[in-house]
Amino acid sequence: MTKIKNLADLRELKDKLQSKTKLRDKSESPDQLVQIKVAMATCCIASGSRETMNYIVDELDKRNIDAVVTQTGCMGYCYAEPTVEVIVPGKEPLVFGYVDAKRADEIIEKYIKGGMLVEGIIPVNYKKIDQ
Amino acid sequence: MADYKIHLLVCGGTGCKSSESQILAEHLRSSIENQGLSDFAQVVGTGCFGFCEKGPIVKIIPDNTFYTQVKPEDAKEIVEEHIVKGRKVSRLLYKDPKSDKIVSDSKGMEFYKKQVRIALRNCGVIDPENIEEYIARDGYASLGKVLTTLTPEATIEIIKKSGIRGRGGAGFPTGLKWEITRQSPGKEKYVVCNADEGDPGAFMDRSILEGDPHSVIEAMAINGYCTGASNGLVYIRAEYPLAIERLKKAIEQAREYGLLGERILGTDFSFDINLRYGAGAFVCGEETALIHSMEGGRGEPTMKPPFPSVKGYLGKPTNVNNVETFASIPVIINKGYEWYSSIGTEKSKGTKVFALAGKVNNVGLIEVPMGITLREVIFEIGGGIKNGKKFKGVQIGGPSGGCLTYKHLDVPIDYESLIAAGAMMGSGGMIIMDEDDCMVDVAKYFLDFTVDESCGKCTPCRVGNKRMHELLNNITKGNGTKDDIDRLLNLGNVIKDTSLCMLGQSAPNPVLSIIENFREEYEAHIQEKKCPSGVCKALMVYEIVPENCVGCTACARACPVGAITGERKEVHRIDPALCIKCGACMDRCKFNAVIVN
Repeated sequence: MTKIKNLADLRELKDKLQSKTKLRDKSESPDQLVQIKVAMATCCIASGSRETMNYIVDELDKRNIDAVVTQTGCMGYCYAEPTVEVIVPGKEPLVFGYVDAKRADEIIEKYIKGGMLVEGIIPVNYKKIDQ
Repeated sequence: MADYKIHLLVCGGTGCKSSESQILAEHLRSSIENQGLSDFAQVVGTGCFGFCEKGPIVKIIPDNTFYTQVKPEDAKEIVEEHIVKGRKVSRLLYKDPKSDKIVSDSKGMEFYKKQVRIALRNCGVIDPENIEEYIARDGYASLGKVLTTLTPEATIEIIKKSGIRGRGGAGFPTGLKWEITRQSPGKEKYVVCNADEGDPGAFMDRSILEGDPHSVIEAMAINGYCTGASNGLVYIRAEYPLAIERLKKAIEQAREYGLLGERILGTDFSFDINLRYGAGAFVCGEETALIHSMEGGRGEPTMKPPFPSVKGYLGKPTNVNNVETFASIPVIINKGYEWYSSIGTEKSKGTKVFALAGKVNNVGLIEVPMGITLREVIFEIGGGIKNGKKFKGVQIGGPSGGCLTYKHLDVPIDYESLIAAGAMMGSGGMIIMDEDDCMVDVAKYFLDFTVDESCGKCTPCRVGNKRMHELLNNITKGNGTKDDIDRLLNLGNVIKDTSLCMLGQSAPNPVLSIIENFREEYEAHIQEKKCPSGVCKALMVYEIVPENCVGCTACARACPVGAITGERKEVHRIDPALCIKCGACMDRCKFNAVIVN
């Protein structure tokens, strides 16, 4: 309960609060944004994918990159957990394996921001039913 | 790291609330706590999603999963499967009735594809009881912009140029009304929000007040700045307890945060809002009757001119606008009049909220751009007619509107086109009818309502509508005569020309438009004494088919009035004089021997 004394106060409050509801706005047009899916099944969680996901979300926020991060079920690449699928608009979806905080940082800086392919891409070995 | 990664939006509109959505939200919260995810996932109770047919609705952000008909017992499974393991609960996902396929992302739903949610922009997205969520989505930014950078005249120009027209039903240019109120002499002026919403089956205003009350508060403050009023009043019907509660909370929070009260946002502008409650009279939705009701008098309309903008509440200039009109104002200021006027048709700009009811698959609340056709609304957004039945008609505008048929399906929805087709926009109630609805009965139903709600002040409405009602009653009972149709037409036109207010003037509309579009049904009732849809009880005759009757006496025992006679193993007979057409005999008969003619 903070009294808003002038327009500047209002704008400041909005900026502070915006992150809380931004998630709901972003989900409205996911195909124009970078979509990141972090596998979150049992063996993924055991390999630390929750920490990876939290790291990715925080870093994207800090670097002001608009992206939608969701968790999915088992993608099948259990030997390479934690796995992350990255869909940059206009490009093919790519799956990365062994994504810890360091690897996530690389992916964000080099692939998402720079467009350069990074090591550790897992080649797709199955087709999804809606493709 | 205080930001939640997953939001579970639970619909908290009255419809879903009565289906235990609040209990569901509680169960979701405790399941999340049990799993230790209280910092990760947030459960938010929002306003109405509009998809009322399939409520309670739960929407998971950011993957946009849309769960329908969720019960409190499902909460544990949703949390364990979807939130923890990332697996969607497929039995709760929405299934498209036409393709029979599961649509797991709400963006792919026919219901939402063609909607443009402007007045409903926050409904189903934010928690209406938390002003901070409203502020996070540009709330009160328009008020700030107006108070610090625009003059009242400049703001009114924006509203005028946007082309927005009153959404209460009359469609009067909103900007012009604000201008007239501003130009009316006097230091004491009032802003009134008409939240009476009397049309049966309409719940557009209710959903906006329950789901996004701050948008109305902000707009009223903007209006006060423009017209020179420092007092706002919301006239809300007492039958909306949830909307009243949320509005009260919102006003309190706005006061706490300094967005209502003295010297708002550091300027000289002071504005506050109070509530006034209706007491169940449809006529109090008419602005002059509403004003008299607030003054403590009987809700009776008075002659216009003078218009309320010149002489209204307590004799002072008063700007009366509908809830939905107000809800769109902040967005127009924020995004500009060019953006708003790019939506819609030449004379009808922007969007309109409709309450889809009746025999459609997707009953609920929608917001569509003006100019969309009836066909798109009923068959695409509405999902077509329930149970595969045939479309018969659509009533637009409630008890003041007219009934359109399949011939009008390609009529664009805008003020002028609907009037040309014989209906009217009204406040947004749309009731769809199929082959099993009797149109004469529908006309009688609407007239029932308006006769009840007539204030009685002027003779044409008080006496005329009552006589029309009697004529219709006789027709449905099989006592109509061949002059009745002409009598109805004559009477109806006289009432339209001579009644004091729009209640009386529009009460004959349903009757007249149904005669125009469904004359054959009237004639069947009058000349053949038959109801083609099998609705008018008095015209139905229950008979026993002698060939099928085995004389088991089951029907005679089921009959509550002893209208069936017959010996065991002999053909039974129904006495039409005693029969009350309850249908109990038909239900009991195992030999298909009872039929209705």
